Amino acid sequence: MMNSIILNAATRLLTALLLLFSVYMLWRGHNLPGGGFIGGLIGATGFVLHAIAMGAEATRKALRHDPQNIAMIGLGVALFAGVFAAFDGDAFFTGQWLFFGATETDKGLPISTVLMFDVGVYLVVFGAILTLVLALEEEV
Amino acid sequence: MSWILAAPIIIPFATAVFAFLFRASLLGRWLSVAGTAALLLASAILMVEVLDQGVIAAQMGQWAAPFGITLVADLLSAVMVVITGITGLAVAVYALGDIDQGKEQLGYHALFQVLLAGVCGAFLTGDIFNLYVWFEVMLISSFGLLVLGGKKEQLDGGIKYVTLNLISTILFLAGVGLLYGLTGTLNMADLHSAVRAVENQGLLLVIAVMFIVAFGVKAALFPLFFWLPASYHTPAFSVSAIFAGLLTKVGVYALIRTFTLIFTTDVAYTHTILLWIAGFTMVTGVLGAAAMNDMRRILSFHIVSQIGYMILGLALYTPLAIVGAVFYLVHHIIVKANLFLVAGVAERIAGSTDLDRIGGLYRYAPFLGLLFLIPAFSLAGFPPLSGFWAKYVLVKASLDIGNYLIAGVALAVGLLTIYSMTKIWGYAFWKPHPRDVEPRLSRLSGHDRAALLIPIASLAALTCVIGFFPEPFVQFAERSAAQLLDPTAYIAAVLGDADAGQGAAALAMLEDVK
Repeated sequence: MMNSIILNAATRLLTALLLLFSVYMLWRGHNLPGGGFIGGLIGATGFVLHAIAMGAEATRKALRHDPQNIAMIGLGVALFAGVFAAFDGDAFFTGQWLFFGATETDKGLPISTVLMFDVGVYLVVFGAILTLVLALEEEV
Repeated sequence: MSWILAAPIIIPFATAVFAFLFRASLLGRWLSVAGTAALLLASAILMVEVLDQGVIAAQMGQWAAPFGITLVADLLSAVMVVITGITGLAVAVYALGDIDQGKEQLGYHALFQVLLAGVCGAFLTGDIFNLYVWFEVMLISSFGLLVLGGKKEQLDGGIKYVTLNLISTILFLAGVGLLYGLTGTLNMADLHSAVRAVENQGLLLVIAVMFIVAFGVKAALFPLFFWLPASYHTPAFSVSAIFAGLLTKVGVYALIRTFTLIFTTDVAYTHTILLWIAGFTMVTGVLGAAAMNDMRRILSFHIVSQIGYMILGLALYTPLAIVGAVFYLVHHIIVKANLFLVAGVAERIAGSTDLDRIGGLYRYAPFLGLLFLIPAFSLAGFPPLSGFWAKYVLVKASLDIGNYLIAGVALAVGLLTIYSMTKIWGYAFWKPHPRDVEPRLSRLSGHDRAALLIPIASLAALTCVIGFFPEPFVQFAERSAAQLLDPTAYIAAVLGDADAGQGAAALAMLEDVK
């Protein structure tokens, strides 16, 4: 933990910004560079910064959930995205797509298990990185 | 059909998630037991399917064969998954009495389940890069299990373990990269024909040797085995048992798979290397064991020497020898895991696994003596236990092709194995306890006694069944060896005629785009 007013003030802004950016990276991931892994890393960076500025204990409070649990739930989400194909009788990890409000000309809002898998990856990376960093931060 | 192939991977992962989330309550450990039981059930269904239909394969995500990841089960894969289910369940039950709440809080059950998922994945994948991924999954979870508890010698063993295994995985990855550069495919069935079309066969041999080294570290072959005796005696007994039973055997499986399916272009060269390695592995392992004075260290060195027998079967590369290797693999996993479980009970009631500091087990816990004798004699190759048939087949295979030297080595190593086993017997069971402790089984609580002894007794019973009724098991090994030596069925199942057409069409399309 670092006692610096500038860092403290900047962190409030930056953490929120990094989290927002991480979600943006996650969403654009299917068609453009990005995705769950990089999104999770950026999201974790936000809280790492928080931990450096405010201390690990404050970060754990801000997270509300144990980062290890977040990672494991992410694994569950990713697994569920793979198993979801069973409902349509497809093979494991076959992408399932729902085009929300699609019309003849417009394909609408595509929602897929591929995105769900990416969300799972996001949570795994986010949780795993924070587990490591918070443990190290508390040691120091 | 595709789901029964994926189930042995999905079930442990799902169990890991739930066991971790409920780790604070007793529910976590029972979830782990239930999940492993479900894994065993799924693997049994898979086995029935494979026996019924021959090799079965499924394309994950419905990406056609040479491009996507294929899961494939032939008899060898299926039996390995079943054995994983059996030892997994035995160890999960044993852990009820062995793993304390502290380790459960740190996520023991989740790591254990992820390890099982990695092992099953490695047995079922038909893609060589995917095999690398499963090795990584196993490495990460096994490192976690190894250092769980954070004792000094655990960290010491863990560092050696992870460093050497990382070198091995990097070598493996480099080999995969070179192989991909040469052939343009990662699908193992596709590689079978692709490597035959390679012009630069010399480079292919280099890659083959890289795979021998990479899997050799994983399987603890001579001279790369030293991480194993340095680390296997440190963690909790449940962890030791699952490592001893399964982890090195994944390396052996990978060697058998790649050196029967892919690298068979120059058998005279590659398999001769393997033969020498096998001989030295057997001898160094058993000599190392003779020098040790701790039950778990002795048993760890015996893993090394036993691995030599399996590689011997692969190296001789005759139908009978492969039968021996497969039979040995199956018998060994059960026996070795069981011996480590027995060592765990011995430590609980007598206070140590150091042979100088314990004794009197035969007098005060004769039942444990019986449970030790069955796997120990089986390991040494006493008729009529399972190890006898495994060794008999291998020695006969060596004599059949006139390799008397290696047959002699195999027999001599068997003799030295008896020496180590009688040493444990003499020190831990016969000699009186040096501190006049009475190591009775009644020193354990009823709950612990049931949790620790039921898996040991079940595995011992299984050893006896294999030993007394070897016929169906040998027949099974024969069918499996036939599949390994003639991979046409495997390749047809993975690529399929229709799928091969699709692949070619897709490739033509890609060419057009270019």
